[in-house]
Amino acid sequence: MLNVETLNLPNWADARAFVPELVMFGAFLAALLGDIIAKRRPWVPFAIVLFGAVTALSYAVAGLDIQAPAKILGDMVVVDGMSSFFRMLFALTAVVTVLFSWKSEEIMGPGREHKGEFYALIALMTGGMMVMAESTDLIMLYLSMELVSLTSYVMAGWMRGSLRSTEASLKYMIFGAMSSGIMLFGLSLIFGLTGSMTFEGIRAALSAGTVDPLALLTVTVLVLAGLGYKIAMVPFHFWAPDVYEGSPTPVAAFFSVGPKAAGFALMIRFFYTTLQPVVDQFDWPLMIAVLSVITMTVGNLSAVRQTNVKRILAYSSIAHVGYLLMAFLMLTEQGLQAILFYLFVYTLMNLGAFLFVTAVNNSLKSEHLADYAGLGFRSPWASVMMMIFLFSLTGVPPFAGFIGKFYLFAEVMRREWYWLAIVGVLNSVVSLYYYMKIARALYFDKAPEGAGAVPVPALQIFAMALLAVPTLLLGVMWGPLKGVADRAVAVIAGL
Amino acid sequence: MTVGLPHFLTIGAALFALGIFAMMTRRNAVALLMGVELILNGANVNFVAFARYVDGGVDGHLMAAFVIVLAAAEAAVGLAIVLAMFRNFGTVHVDTVNRLKR
Repeated sequence: MLNVETLNLPNWADARAFVPELVMFGAFLAALLGDIIAKRRPWVPFAIVLFGAVTALSYAVAGLDIQAPAKILGDMVVVDGMSSFFRMLFALTAVVTVLFSWKSEEIMGPGREHKGEFYALIALMTGGMMVMAESTDLIMLYLSMELVSLTSYVMAGWMRGSLRSTEASLKYMIFGAMSSGIMLFGLSLIFGLTGSMTFEGIRAALSAGTVDPLALLTVTVLVLAGLGYKIAMVPFHFWAPDVYEGSPTPVAAFFSVGPKAAGFALMIRFFYTTLQPVVDQFDWPLMIAVLSVITMTVGNLSAVRQTNVKRILAYSSIAHVGYLLMAFLMLTEQGLQAILFYLFVYTLMNLGAFLFVTAVNNSLKSEHLADYAGLGFRSPWASVMMMIFLFSLTGVPPFAGFIGKFYLFAEVMRREWYWLAIVGVLNSVVSLYYYMKIARALYFDKAPEGAGAVPVPALQIFAMALLAVPTLLLGVMWGPLKGVADRAVAVIAGL
Repeated sequence: MTVGLPHFLTIGAALFALGIFAMMTRRNAVALLMGVELILNGANVNFVAFARYVDGGVDGHLMAAFVIVLAAAEAAVGLAIVLAMFRNFGTVHVDTVNRLKR
């Protein structure tokens, strides 16, 4: 119950813990104003948002070893190691996306309007995702999720005159509004069952054992509808391939990692905090296991049939959600550590793969696999990095994706869910097929007669290298990042 | 007969179900947005009722107020998207919007 006398009102000490978010929201406002004052010169908002994202990134990295969680803004937001981990992830995503969009035809090409506002929206969405990863209250959970959702509907429809972009935005909005409405209904029932809005209050009420398991299961399913939509979990994934295909490619790249990681962060915060004491009192592990198997199988089998590279990557990102869900099974500390580590690696490699599509799209004007023939020789640097991302996505050593998958499977084996691990491994084999289909097109298929080089701007090569080098390094030297992920989880595990 | 918590919950659930039904059956984009409003308000009735009968504090009312504001923001963005759809496709019928491959 909210008590006005003991209410922790926002103050300056709060602001000091909240710097990355304030920087991103400030960058949003400054970029909008700067866009108008500078008479629509897009480099002004570009520079403001890039500066903001780099500042937020450095603050996040500096805050990685926060030990005691700080509850701020009326106990609605908590800043701890996990917050810093996700701040770092989102700020990095924003930096790379902003750098990349600058040379992207779909955002900056001739005839595009209001280019500056695109960067402003990226700043807003990054700030929203950061708050998502650190909310500890149903109100903040819902508000931050809607902030990210509303911004993303606008970004999906960025190319106003384009039929495909408008359709992507419409589908995103209809599915999003419906699933977040279902989630809100679930939240209202949780509030009624436990009489509390804070995650800790809900946890205390559930531990007391007064809540009927069937009611708890119903409510969990309702809430999973909203969060599952954000992470594109089957059966709430229908929007993903269409939205990724229709929206501008830099936006699709951003969607495929940012909101997804934010959704996982919120799932960890919400489900781990509230359900962990009662996890074996209802069918949570079985439910998550089934969802995980369905998600990875549907994702992988659908990806096999696709000929559009953006759609292949869309379905592959659904499959990766399935792998991630495996470690969510028992809500254990090791599982969450594996999820955090994999999310970081996944962000690097999936963002990189999407950025490759953006890079070649500028001069190729196509996303079809058939048109990718011989690209390995037509744009060598970008293609080599794409191969790194593809191998890493498949999960073969010595790339970072292998280490990430290893930890996920290790958690499943530790909990003795052997059949789940076997299904996961079989799915990885299927994924090898379609990733290598892209690789084959790049290097083994003959380019059409007279096809010239596909130039990729130096800025985009640089942004891709920002992702490719860590993907390689983390494959052989994953210790430091694993340590960071472990410490981040240790803070929330010590509840 | 006194009106108690079950009555409010019934209304909330009915609004929610009607909203879901509207979103499942209607093919007009504006009607879909109306369905969203029904879903959100179904949850709102629940929040306020629980605040009155279970919690006794202002948390539920606070949430309902935020949801009302958010519903307005969602409608603004939604209508803008429907407008863009009408300009590009010449219709607000969602079944005609299928350029992207299944």
